[in-house]
Amino acid sequence: MLKLEHINKIFNEGTPDEKVALNEINLHLAPGDFVTIIGSNGAGKSTMMNMISGALTPDYGTVSIDTTDVTRMPEYKRSQYLGRVFQDPMAGTAPSMTIEENIAIAYSRNAKRTLRRGVDRERRDFFRTSLERLHLNLENRLNAKVGLLSGGERQALSLLMATFTKPAILLLDEHTAALDPSRAELITRLTKELVEADNLTTLMVTHNMQQALDLGNRLIMMDKGQIILQIDEATKPGLTIPDLMAEFERIRGEKMNSDRALLG
Amino acid sequence: MFTALFGSVEQGIIYAIMALGVYLTFRVLDFPDLTVDGSFVTGAATAAMMIVLGYHPIIATLVAIVAGFFAGCMTGLLHTKGKINPLLSGILMMIALWSINLRIMGLTADNTIGRSNIPLLNEGTIFTQFYSFWSKVGIDDALNGMLKNMGITPVPSTWGTLLVVVIITVIIKIIVDWFLKTEVGLAIRATGDNKRMIRSFSANTDRLIILGLGISNALVAFSGALIAQYAKYADIGLGIGMIVIGLASVIIGEAIFGTKTIFSTTLAVVVGAIVYRIIYAIALRIDWLDTGDMKLITAVIVILALVIPQVLNKRKQQKSKAKRLAEKQLTKQGGQPLA
Ligand SMILES: Nc1ncnc2c1ncn2[C@@H]1O[C@H](COP(=O)(O)OP(=O)(O)OP(=O)(O)O)[C@@H](O)[C@H]1O
Ligand SMILES: [Mg+2]
Repeated sequence: MLKLEHINKIFNEGTPDEKVALNEINLHLAPGDFVTIIGSNGAGKSTMMNMISGALTPDYGTVSIDTTDVTRMPEYKRSQYLGRVFQDPMAGTAPSMTIEENIAIAYSRNAKRTLRRGVDRERRDFFRTSLERLHLNLENRLNAKVGLLSGGERQALSLLMATFTKPAILLLDEHTAALDPSRAELITRLTKELVEADNLTTLMVTHNMQQALDLGNRLIMMDKGQIILQIDEATKPGLTIPDLMAEFERIRGEKMNSDRALLG
Repeated sequence: MFTALFGSVEQGIIYAIMALGVYLTFRVLDFPDLTVDGSFVTGAATAAMMIVLGYHPIIATLVAIVAGFFAGCMTGLLHTKGKINPLLSGILMMIALWSINLRIMGLTADNTIGRSNIPLLNEGTIFTQFYSFWSKVGIDDALNGMLKNMGITPVPSTWGTLLVVVIITVIIKIIVDWFLKTEVGLAIRATGDNKRMIRSFSANTDRLIILGLGISNALVAFSGALIAQYAKYADIGLGIGMIVIGLASVIIGEAIFGTKTIFSTTLAVVVGAIVYRIIYAIALRIDWLDTGDMKLITAVIVILALVIPQVLNKRKQQKSKAKRLAEKQLTKQGGQPLA
């Protein structure tokens, strides 16, 4: 479904600020895989997500989605295959537009946008039933401006919008990190529900190890631009946080800086 | 006085189309587009040139609209493909259009070199076309009779112009409202609101910016084409300061009506354009002011329209804060005997 091959990325190459962000990344996702990604700050997790979404292009290597090579495909074109939720709750929605207008934008993701009315009665009914899945009563506030919603509500809406057209790949980059614990839990639960409902192929970055263990069928750990550990479907169920820490120590020969990882 | 105000209302309604264009760029796309000063004249020049060359006024106006559209697209290309910042893209296009507009008007001269003015005194326009039908209806006489009975003289020479411009502007407003709710319109609005978001929903923001600027300047040129036919001349200087006038209209309208829905915001912009013209007409009648002072007055109007709402807002917040504070103290005092 998703294939990253030999991805390398160096920022500011040839300057004193040179930074190897990704070093020989290889990753294959089968349809329906839900991979959680952990790793310390600066490990290259976001850079890898941006390679997939097209916000960045690799110096070397190929990205393919569903056997199509998309390495050079511009971000906006690639977006038809991808659903994305950003860390910043403000990033995934248009604040001065209404809830239903935002959903209408998500709805036309993989169709050509025409001079058809964005929200007609038929679509409004459909949007309303979809919003009911969030259990946030947003279905009764279709004409409220999204800028008025709380961070948690906006993130839930972003999640719904990202998954609305059943994208080939769903990319979640610390999408619960900016929320308070109860809201984060709500979004985590919704993520699980929405991903399972459509069996979406998903990549989720998180700093919360427990969340990384609870969700998904696979797990990868990144450090210094490399994937240092891959846990497959068979091994993941029994895995615990101490297992992961020990594993890190064995590979890197040093203790994991875990304050943020645990508390995430 | 009445005829002066009557004229301002007519003009204001025509300028409202330009203001709607400015609203599309400044507010909807969040792109401060200065092409307007040039594209307004492009509309006026193109329409005047074609009318003088013998084309039907409606054809001339349509071509003027298309010319404005291309001018806007060029600004969009400079910004998106040339990576030039929005303000500079508009300024570059504005000065380029100055020369192009001279050339457009020059097409009516024998040597086809630039020309800075085309009079339309004896030419047929959209308006004269309409009068030939309108004069037969006899509504002018009826309305003016009423005014005379109310003691208002002199009376306007015709109500036909007002009717034509009202119909045109209402149609344009309805089209803009409709467009902003289509799938493409929603994408353009989201481009002004959150580019990262709309790109993640597979929209080509470059193309949407170019399209939005094109439509905006098409409206501006349309307004210019109508003003040329209304005033019966096109002049290279017609567009000077037009962007500020457009902005003044948008801001005045928003200050009066607010921006709750698209429908009310575009209505606010239209009314803002008319109100601006009325303020302008009144200012001109003050004895010690000269026509040359108008640019200064326009600047002052815009500054006031920008500053007053801020001051009022702050005042309101302070008031409600003081009120809340007073309530707090009240409950504290009320609570003491219990404690
Ligand atoms: N545009 C850029 N220019 C230069 N360096 C960059 C750029 N983007 C990222 N980097 C660097 O690349 C490295 C990897 O960054 P990245 O954002 O992928 O980390 P991350 O794993 O997402 O970290 P975090 O957990 O903090 O989000 C970091 O050292 C970062 O400073
Ligand atoms: Mg990151």
